[in-house]
Amino acid sequence: MLMPEPNDRILSRKADIVARLQGVLSLDAVIYEPNETLVYECDALTAYRCPPLAVVLPANTKEVSEVLKLCHDIGVPVVPRGSGTSLAGGALPTVDSVILSVARLNKVIETNYDDRYVRVQSGRTNLSVTTAVEEKDFFYAPDPSSQLACAIAGNIAMNSGGAHCLKYGVTTNNLLGVKMVMMDGTVTDIGGGHLDAGGLDLLGLICGSEGQLGVVTEATLRILRKPEGARPALVGFDSSEVAGACVSDIIKAGMLPVAIEFMDRRVLEVVEKHAKAGYPECEAVLIIEVEGSEAEIDMQLGMIRQIAAKHNPVDFRESKSEEESVAIWLGRKSAFGAMGLINDYICLDGTIPVSELPQVLKRIGELSDKYGLGVGNVFHAGDGNMHPLILFDANKEGDLELCEAMGAEILKLCVEVGGCLTGEHGVGVEKRDLMHAQFDPVDMEAQLRVKDVFDPSWLLNPSKVFPLGLTEARRSARG
Amino acid sequence: MMKPDNELVLSDLIRGAEGPLKILGGGTRPVGGSIGEVLTTQGLSGISLYEPGALTIVAGAGTPLVEIEAVLASKNQRLPFEPMLGHAVFGTGGESTIGGVVAANVSGPRRIQAGACRDSLIGVRFVDGRGDIVKSGGRVMKNVTGYDLVKLMCGAYGTLGILSEVAFKVLPGIEAVTTIEVKDLKDGAAVAAMSMALGSPFDVSGAAHDPDLGVTMLRLEGFVDSVAYRATELSKLLAGFGDVRLNEATNWVAVRDAVKFEGGNGDLWRISVKPSDGPRVGMALRGAKLLYDWGGGLVWAEVAEGTDVRGALTEIPGHCTLMRGVGSGPVFEPVVGALAALTKRLREQFDPRGILNAGLMG
Repeated sequence: MLMPEPNDRILSRKADIVARLQGVLSLDAVIYEPNETLVYECDALTAYRCPPLAVVLPANTKEVSEVLKLCHDIGVPVVPRGSGTSLAGGALPTVDSVILSVARLNKVIETNYDDRYVRVQSGRTNLSVTTAVEEKDFFYAPDPSSQLACAIAGNIAMNSGGAHCLKYGVTTNNLLGVKMVMMDGTVTDIGGGHLDAGGLDLLGLICGSEGQLGVVTEATLRILRKPEGARPALVGFDSSEVAGACVSDIIKAGMLPVAIEFMDRRVLEVVEKHAKAGYPECEAVLIIEVEGSEAEIDMQLGMIRQIAAKHNPVDFRESKSEEESVAIWLGRKSAFGAMGLINDYICLDGTIPVSELPQVLKRIGELSDKYGLGVGNVFHAGDGNMHPLILFDANKEGDLELCEAMGAEILKLCVEVGGCLTGEHGVGVEKRDLMHAQFDPVDMEAQLRVKDVFDPSWLLNPSKVFPLGLTEARRSARG
Repeated sequence: MMKPDNELVLSDLIRGAEGPLKILGGGTRPVGGSIGEVLTTQGLSGISLYEPGALTIVAGAGTPLVEIEAVLASKNQRLPFEPMLGHAVFGTGGESTIGGVVAANVSGPRRIQAGACRDSLIGVRFVDGRGDIVKSGGRVMKNVTGYDLVKLMCGAYGTLGILSEVAFKVLPGIEAVTTIEVKDLKDGAAVAAMSMALGSPFDVSGAAHDPDLGVTMLRLEGFVDSVAYRATELSKLLAGFGDVRLNEATNWVAVRDAVKFEGGNGDLWRISVKPSDGPRVGMALRGAKLLYDWGGGLVWAEVAEGTDVRGALTEIPGHCTLMRGVGSGPVFEPVVGALAALTKRLREQFDPRGILNAGLMG
């Protein structure tokens, strides 16, 4: 992965920069020894690694502001980092950058059940937001697979989704306000406990801006009362296309399940071997979850059974209990881990119109043959957000490059059929150079102008999202 | 009046403009005022894509809202956010356009459950003040590719660019609806009842309170059996607040369109606060004619002409927009501090000549 040439002027001043960072933070909040910065050399896109110049762990908004102002004044790039679970390299540093980790910002500031929001510091993990409001049976809806580890700051940066967003939306639909520090150290509040912020929708603009516009230190998040219950059904099909058609019919019938998950044969076989979930042997499985009271769940699962029956399923299992629900979800939840046990893989994240599902699955199969690399498909079928896992051998010379070339072809295919490069992981460095496939230069110029407004010096996470060639003039103008 | 019928003509008109442009959809909700030669998007009309199985619709910005809603209804689908119509409040005629709905981020009572217009909007095409034709988002409901200019354009009242095309995620239609009505609650108790209902697992899709009618309304929607079950449970939950009744015919259109303010005198304000602060707004604006929506978080207030509403509400976080009348101070809530600087620079980037609905949002 091509990254900009390191700035020698910064590298040669490392001792001075570290000393100045120590001047605004406590001593244990600045990491600079090479054996310690190594921990921060990559995020969950482990194929790319580069230790940063230093890492800072500010403990509050004021410290974040001071660090950013300092880096701004001396011209040092800053890479914000939540928990480092980005699959797109969003937190990948450069050797001349300072990583700003929000890990120490993990407190709950306010819970308000009457107005149904919680205010937290942004380093708090996604799942622990729900934990904080569970005593009153509330929850925070967006649930990325990494929710045990991932930070709200990263969720906001990437506008993360999850399995249940068909009903509850993604991060941007559940974010009411932020406290954000801009690169020059200015602290600003946008939105809050009320539903609409005044003025332009800057909150919507910041969510999903991949840490390039500011560092969010606090977030006001919408919380919801948990449903009375939820139960899934598992349906097996003898072709992926039929499974896709069934998804479409469920939606057309006026149902809105909270989740519709898809797994193909390759994933099913691996999952069966490692998680022993007892899934049927077939070409494709759907897991469809519905919510409500016992009677409401029975009624909805009954409707799904009727719709599925028209597609001659090879298996239909309706969960009747908590244990059966866990069993049905077990395989899906262990899918990524199980695939990782048998192979190295890269996980793509393109979204397509649901109607294109059969055609795209077929084309992915053809590409798999062409490149000689296996592909497993496991994804959120209700919203068309695909996650093809391309299998490769990291120890085999050239295999990663081959895998990436195939990934690029699949993502271009997603765009071609009316979809997009990334549905919930973000562009990061991984898909930076594919942006041309989705956007015309004029579309990207409009986005770059937004970056110019928030970060005129182009120091905040500067080498991400856009093709480097497109941002070079702006990045080098900072001197 | 300029009425471009495609994006390229729109771009040429903007490039060639020698002075400010007053941008209109159907002109049914004239919030504030802008000056200049009138440019309407009504020529950019028509549904270009509708895929019921993918819950997606794409249309020209000038497409009438009624056309979109009729096409969706024909497949038993709908826009999730229940857009209000401005005819009653503004005393206007004409057709609301979908682009106008987006430009003003217009959302109705269902906003508390299904989100605002901006939450269903998944793609836009627009022409900025330079005449550049720009797209953001697309036609799929999960998309984090690049910055979300879709949200930025929604609610920008045409000041950053003129919308040419909009794409939405839609939802299945509703089989049954019923409303639980509680009578004669004071504003504080009404908001408490609405909070309890919204904090319940019964999926309330509307929570409004009309102090003049003395009725607090909680709407349930969905499949017949499910609505019946939830109505029973929610009625039990709310029994402590007073006399609880079911009404199959509650007029939610009147709530959505704030019809009670039709033809009224004085200034009409739309005030967005934390729901629990709603009653404080009512108290601070003593004598105002009020309607609470969004569980108390949206307060419509008709006050005597020239009343300093913002001055009366300084202690309450939120913001106010003057919908009708002479008001006091700016129509839109002034943006201050660092956000004002950001807003100004964004406008300079998207509309360097300052010709698009100039001065409308301040």
